[in-house]
Amino acid sequence: MLKGPTYRSAPFLSRIARNRLVVVGLVMAVFLVLLAVFADVISPRDPLAVNVAAALHPPNLKELFGTDRFGRDLLSRVIHGSRVSLSVSFSSVAVALVAGTFLGLISGYFGGAWDIAISRVMDIFFSFPVLLLAIAIAAMLGPGIENAVMAIAIVYAPFFSRVARGPVLAEREKEYIQAARVIGASHERILLRHIFPNVLSPIIVQASVTIAYAILTEASLSYLGLGTQPPTPSWGTTLNEGRTYLQLAPWISIFPGIAIMLAVLAFNLVGDGLRDALDPRMR
Amino acid sequence: MQRYIANRLLTMIVSLLGVTIIVFLLIRLIPGTIVEQMMGTEALTSYETVESLRRYFGLDQPVYVQYYQWITRVLVGDLGHSWRTAIPVLQFILSRLPVTVELAAIAIIVALLIGVPAGIVSAIKHNSPVDSLARIIALTGLSIPLFWQGTMFILVLSLAFRWAPAMEWVSPLKDLGANLSMMLLPGFCLGTASAAVIMRMTRSCMLEVLRQEYIRTARAKGLAERVVLIAHALKNAMIPVVTVAGLQMGYLLGGTVVVEEVFSLPGIGRLLLWAIYQRDYPSVQGTVLFVAVMFMAVNLFVDVLYAFLDPRIRYA
Repeated sequence: MLKGPTYRSAPFLSRIARNRLVVVGLVMAVFLVLLAVFADVISPRDPLAVNVAAALHPPNLKELFGTDRFGRDLLSRVIHGSRVSLSVSFSSVAVALVAGTFLGLISGYFGGAWDIAISRVMDIFFSFPVLLLAIAIAAMLGPGIENAVMAIAIVYAPFFSRVARGPVLAEREKEYIQAARVIGASHERILLRHIFPNVLSPIIVQASVTIAYAILTEASLSYLGLGTQPPTPSWGTTLNEGRTYLQLAPWISIFPGIAIMLAVLAFNLVGDGLRDALDPRMR
Repeated sequence: MQRYIANRLLTMIVSLLGVTIIVFLLIRLIPGTIVEQMMGTEALTSYETVESLRRYFGLDQPVYVQYYQWITRVLVGDLGHSWRTAIPVLQFILSRLPVTVELAAIAIIVALLIGVPAGIVSAIKHNSPVDSLARIIALTGLSIPLFWQGTMFILVLSLAFRWAPAMEWVSPLKDLGANLSMMLLPGFCLGTASAAVIMRMTRSCMLEVLRQEYIRTARAKGLAERVVLIAHALKNAMIPVVTVAGLQMGYLLGGTVVVEEVFSLPGIGRLLLWAIYQRDYPSVQGTVLFVAVMFMAVNLFVDVLYAFLDPRIRYA
């Protein structure tokens, strides 16, 4: 099996490019980010503008996705929803990544009591189904966007810790690390300059897959009324509001769901492709 | 092996103690206790009434005293009584358990029935259009939010067949037909994401096994391709798949909250949500502990089964 730095460096990008599905995923993800950034410019209307006279309009040429019970334009709400969804999932994954990777590095590098303590605490989190844990934490912290971010971050941090710990254990024993130690390099320097780069690629793969899960989790929390609160146009919240009008105005329930699916699919495709490219065994 | 199991059980107990402490503290962090919930916001109640209620629920004690009192009873198998309904928490959980277990069981059957054949076909037709299609479908299956899928099912069926989710759950022992008519759809819905996971696992395991030399030998012996695939390859490829299917069982316990909510089924997941909203501390603590025990037990069982199925694996 081919492995090592020579294999990774140059052909890596071309391997990603050759995998058509990853390219599709990347294009979708970039489109989504642009949608979120330029939501104000792209949206035909203000997502919060209420017009009761135009309530529950089915999709038509002027209102492509129809309107909700307050006459708010659904297309604009779905476009703005990408902003909520991406900011929640990106920030929660960022927190989970930093915290989890840090713990994983410490746990693997120092070993001993550190490792036991950190691993045991992570075990507590692994002893619970992810979604249920997120729901429980969010319910306990109270509804709201910041608490949803916290809940998602707490739930996914252990995954980063586990992904980071493995390579550290393998790398720690290698001769160049011992050499660095003999020269008198500090722990911080060894961890950041020598060990961290080895952890980077599995962490990146984990991050892209976790973003997909985070989008799903945020939507589920908001759907249950625990995440983003109305009138903020989150996809999950809109779906929750559409429940009552399922028979009368099914479009409220259809479009945000498709948006969630496409967003999650985009990051799943990217994550899958990255894993294939970085781990030759998975092809 | 026995030492391994003993070791695992020990770590399990440590983790469970951790779970109890975290839940105990977290639920007490939520603003408002059951006393405020019972009083409502508008009621004019005297300080004495509030204090006596707090004393009644033991909320006037320091948290560690409350924890000690709770955990010593849990250790002898007493999860306490629900503050809201006065039903013993364990009985409360057991009355909801059949719904959740049945949902998870249907889901895992659906997942295996779809996932395994799809994975095999995908592996045999490696890199063909069929393979790509199956992979894309699987990834899409992983990307659909569970609650939305459920909602869409309800929408389509109600428009096409005037079907609506039943209002009251019927035990399969009482009326199997009525039970399945309300459980099959939610179970199917819950199972699709797992089907995708199992399909991907089956595919990659089959591919891995098909590259082995003993497969080449089997082919060289002149065995029919079907025999090679089923008797030789599949048998070994299924070992990790069994593990993943078992682990999915645990994750289904999480997904079931959402499905129960969408289809209004009285399972464990909705019980937990209800208990959190009601600040019914004993019910929250009991349910969380119960789910954690179930989840860990499934995981341990899967690991032991794995060693049993694959003689090469010996846990130290």
